[in-house]
Amino acid sequence: MNGTLTAASDMAAPLPGPSTSPSPSMVSTKGSINEFLEWFGDLGIFFWHVVRAAVTPPFEFHELFRQLDEIGSKSLPLVALAGAATGIVLSMEARFSLTRFGAKSLLPAAIVFSIIHETGPIITGLVVSGRAGAGIGAELASMKVTEQIDAIEASAVNPYRLLAATRVLACILMLPLLTLAADFSGLIMGWVAQAAVEPLSLHQFITSGFKGANFSDFLPPTLKTAVFGLIIGLIACFQGMRTQGGAAGVGRAATSSVVLSSLFVILADVVLVKLIIIFFP
Amino acid sequence: MDTLDLVEMKREKAEEDGSAPVIAVEGLHKSFGSQRVLNGISLSVKRGETLAVLGRSGTGKSVLLRVIIGLEKPDSGAVRIHSQDIGGLALDQLGEIRKKMGFLFQHAALYDSLTVEQNVAFPLQHHRKEMSKSERSDRVRGLLAEVGMDGALAKMPSDISGGMQKRVGLARALVLEPDILLLDEPTAGLDPISSREINDLVLRLQQEHHMASIVVTHDLYSAKTIASQLALLDKGDVVIQGDFEALQNSDIEFVREFLKHS
Repeated sequence: MNGTLTAASDMAAPLPGPSTSPSPSMVSTKGSINEFLEWFGDLGIFFWHVVRAAVTPPFEFHELFRQLDEIGSKSLPLVALAGAATGIVLSMEARFSLTRFGAKSLLPAAIVFSIIHETGPIITGLVVSGRAGAGIGAELASMKVTEQIDAIEASAVNPYRLLAATRVLACILMLPLLTLAADFSGLIMGWVAQAAVEPLSLHQFITSGFKGANFSDFLPPTLKTAVFGLIIGLIACFQGMRTQGGAAGVGRAATSSVVLSSLFVILADVVLVKLIIIFFP
Repeated sequence: MDTLDLVEMKREKAEEDGSAPVIAVEGLHKSFGSQRVLNGISLSVKRGETLAVLGRSGTGKSVLLRVIIGLEKPDSGAVRIHSQDIGGLALDQLGEIRKKMGFLFQHAALYDSLTVEQNVAFPLQHHRKEMSKSERSDRVRGLLAEVGMDGALAKMPSDISGGMQKRVGLARALVLEPDILLLDEPTAGLDPISSREINDLVLRLQQEHHMASIVVTHDLYSAKTIASQLALLDKGDVVIQGDFEALQNSDIEFVREFLKHS
């Protein structure tokens, strides 16, 4: 097991090229591809270990609740603030654009649809990958370099179960709930921004905004953030638990957790949006 | 009583009377990249016996301990704990064997988010769920008193000295009442008085708990004090194994050189 955690090479590490290389740039490209594929393979093995640990007893409920609080409750203010800011900006921008095209009456619907379809979920994904991704990556990396993860293993406790499965599961469960918070604060502040320019009651805003909206406009985009949660939790745990090299390694793990999880959240969003359009037209 | 129970009883009896080793390492090889760390090392430890593994830095002493507890996989060779080969075991199966082993890490490796008391209670919380909270607390407090750390129950690891951390680490290693104790440099980085205290403590605990122990150390005095057998490692293999007199009387150049500078 430990081999999986330690044998995988660090993506940031420079690659030694063969001495009879055709050209340094080709070797570098080939090496990077190999390293990327190796990273993906190790991530797949890690994922398998986490899934197996998550579905077999004993279950670490205490640690899971601690992580739900750590990842969920403590991210709530930041997510709500980001959602609120997005709602205000969206309201101002949409007002400006729609007024130019003579479609001002569509403003509430534009704000509502934009927030619940895309802006709320993606903002939540990116904010959580920044906050929780860095936190998980740094915490586990620090535990790894100070042999605390080895000590857990030596105490006959499965670190995949105690550390990784709980964090990944907490991310999966909390992302949709945090998205609701982002959506809510975005819509409220979107209305406030609009009401500040011209009188509009909340009831009017909601009625007009949600006219024509149905459950499939709301549910799939919200639930897709569970996939964002999986990506954030998995990558942050993986980067943290394979760290090597003291304080510098901890820094690298925190940075790479944020960068990679944000990147994969955005890429996954592209795929998920397409799937939602296909399956929930 | 089925056949498995009979085999188990026979093994326990053999370990009890000293005819079978508790820990057996056979032809262990381990390399990291091109660096060969363990080079066919073989040794065994019986119940109640303490083996001190000595050697220069980088000769694979700590790696040997990590392989024995399954934190590193050997390239070849076997580690048998209670006659069971631990190679190829799944993590949870290995966990069952690890419950019988206590491991003191070189830098104690205490969980920095838990207090001293919680650190020692950690293995109990996971493996002795049948124990009540007060029973667990009594056991943890009793062990911390045994290692002289009963006054630091609520302290965080960062608030206590290196020597104190090792004492807490030792209490954590003993909390599941293991029959194997592995100590990685128990006195490294400590002042002479703390080193002597740790040595006395280890010796007393071993006499009380009658475990099979392996102690990795640079400290010849420590090895002489706590171990019944000493093994000197060089280039990943055992140069000599025996009691302290055997080392002293050896005419192997490396052994003489090592003793001269210790």
